[in-house]
Amino acid sequence: MSEFFTISVIVATVAAGVRLATPYLFAALGETLGQRSGVLNLGVDGVMLLGAFFAYWVALEHRNLWFAFLAGAAVGLVMGAVYAVVTLVFKAEQGISGIGVYLFGLGFSELLYRQQVGTPRPARSLPDVRIPLLGRIPKVGDMFFNHSLVVYVAIALVPIAALVINHTRFGLNVRAVGETPEAADSMGVSVNGTRTATILLANMLAGVGGAALALELGTFQQNLTNGIGFIAVALVYFGSWRPAGVLAGSLLYGLLTATVNQFKTLGIVTGGTASLATAAPALLTIVALVVIARRRAEQPAALTLPFVRGG
Amino acid sequence: MSNHIQTTHISNKGEHTMTKPHHYSRRRTIGAFIAVGAALTTSGVVSSVASASGVDEFTVAVVMPSAANDLAFSQSMIDSLDRLKEDGSIDDFVYSENMFVVEDAATAIRSYAEEGYDLVVAHGSQYGGSLQEIAPDFPGTAFAWGTASDTFGLDNVSGYTAASDQGGYVMGAMAALMAEDGSIGIIGPIEVGDAKLYVDGFAAGAVSASPDIEVGINYTESFSDTALAAEAATSFVDGGATVLSGTAQMVVGAVGVAQERGVLWFGTQSNQTELAPDVVVASQVYHWEVVLSELIAGVKAGALGGSSYDINLGNGGLVIENNPDYEIPEDVQAAADDLIAQLSSGDLVTGVAQGGEAEDSTAASEPEGTESEGTESEGTESDETEPTGTEAAETTAAADTTEA
Repeated sequence: MSEFFTISVIVATVAAGVRLATPYLFAALGETLGQRSGVLNLGVDGVMLLGAFFAYWVALEHRNLWFAFLAGAAVGLVMGAVYAVVTLVFKAEQGISGIGVYLFGLGFSELLYRQQVGTPRPARSLPDVRIPLLGRIPKVGDMFFNHSLVVYVAIALVPIAALVINHTRFGLNVRAVGETPEAADSMGVSVNGTRTATILLANMLAGVGGAALALELGTFQQNLTNGIGFIAVALVYFGSWRPAGVLAGSLLYGLLTATVNQFKTLGIVTGGTASLATAAPALLTIVALVVIARRRAEQPAALTLPFVRGG
Repeated sequence: MSNHIQTTHISNKGEHTMTKPHHYSRRRTIGAFIAVGAALTTSGVVSSVASASGVDEFTVAVVMPSAANDLAFSQSMIDSLDRLKEDGSIDDFVYSENMFVVEDAATAIRSYAEEGYDLVVAHGSQYGGSLQEIAPDFPGTAFAWGTASDTFGLDNVSGYTAASDQGGYVMGAMAALMAEDGSIGIIGPIEVGDAKLYVDGFAAGAVSASPDIEVGINYTESFSDTALAAEAATSFVDGGATVLSGTAQMVVGAVGVAQERGVLWFGTQSNQTELAPDVVVASQVYHWEVVLSELIAGVKAGALGGSSYDINLGNGGLVIENNPDYEIPEDVQAAADDLIAQLSSGDLVTGVAQGGEAEDSTAASEPEGTESEGTESEGTESDETEPTGTEAAETTAAADTTEA
């Protein structure tokens, strides 16, 4: 067990990378939309935890995975509504209130888990679905076309998000309120209305991302996400606020995590080296943010700024 | 076979009305959300034993890093205290769970001491530094700390450890005999403490039973990353593993993979059969009550601490509990029973040493005693990645000496 560069190991690693990238992708695509409209949400991880718990709970109690996903999405919408009120009506500092959302999600998901489930109990997990034709391509099929449905949904959302942002009236409004809300407002675009829509969508996707994680594992634990939501926020910067960039970042992160894991499994890295290697994905994030710092121009100009007419 | 499945769930809606989690505020409040969140986190679960200072009753308070029903480290202590309560050794106990923030745990430990509990257990080696500060302030209170064998030279602190390599060795041998043509994968959290002992013991046992077997070890570097533990399990199975094992609370994810992929699983710390009834073969279960009853008898007699204790196969503190629904081949069971007998009597040692590499059992090191008197800390057992305060201090001191 020490050879990484064999076909079967590489196929398994790439497949794992794609699988691992999925929760990041959902959350980061949502956050991209939110940030393009000028709203930063650092509470993504908390919303993911709530989405994960409710999806797990529904899967445990009702065994219906579709309902489980809907539960994850619904709890995301609820959290989005709360966050919209906090940031748009009360114009709270976005960075701080996002941390509040995170801590709320962390504590509340843990409390509910303890109250409603208690001890670790396995729930149904998502089955893999091999896509016809494409799934039968040797190697490539195993890497990319033999995953659970949520993986395909996440990837399909990338072009959809790009299309919405760049080629629809709604997307135009989103970009306008994210760059120059005053100008958008003077043109009759509802700044807070547009932002409410993006906040709801972003939080719903965060909830779905959490659900994807819990249902892929078929379990829930305290702090199940382990910071996925925070990495997702970083991946938005990494991807320069573009869905394709976010996809690239998510896949890179997933592949790096999968590769490090495979190296450890194969015994290629052990001991202290393994500990260092485990930190590689986090280091990547930091490096990426340093690089991005030079591309600040691409950041939505009104990010984190509450809109006050005439203000 | 001993079939001692513990499914006692002490929750706020549980049947043990006296024994409720006792939560201290764990996060500072930053704005309304957090206030609400904190209120939710503590609501309905705060309770304390009114008779804590009762003259005749012996009451225990325990602070632990993960959930009381984690099917792992924390639960092993709760189950043990339950058994002590049943046999009358203690009258009652309270606990604070999920104390992964050491400062919060320290607050809880101090409060319990102030409230007059007869024994305050700091169940997590990362709490050592706090205990070292708190214990001298309460000379009349007995404290216990594990997994650790250091008592800081304080006569009101006891240490307790688990020779988890012994059960690991037995189950590793069973795994090798049941692996058929496959390999073995072991998933650990961080390479320290009884997790490392277990992993190394398991590997040594497997190799002793089948010298050519492939054994892979993957430390996820986290006690809480369930997804990564699942991914480690998946990569092992993809690589041809037919038997998996692992230790710490994040292995729940890995057990799920074992169940889904139909590979065998060996558990440790608590009985993990209920997680995956089809594939769990056996679990090494910690029976802390074996040493706690001795410790408590000492406290009742006036000796508040100063000793350290060790659970192992020989003193019955470690028990291999089989899954009653899994039929273990007779020759495998016979081999396991033989190893248990040999390890219990001291005729065989695992060859695994704290901080050392797994060695072949023939290259024997020192035999394991039932009571250890070492001063070395046993490492961490929770979400903490840093070494304990004392370990850090010792390491620094050693480094300084070397440099000087």
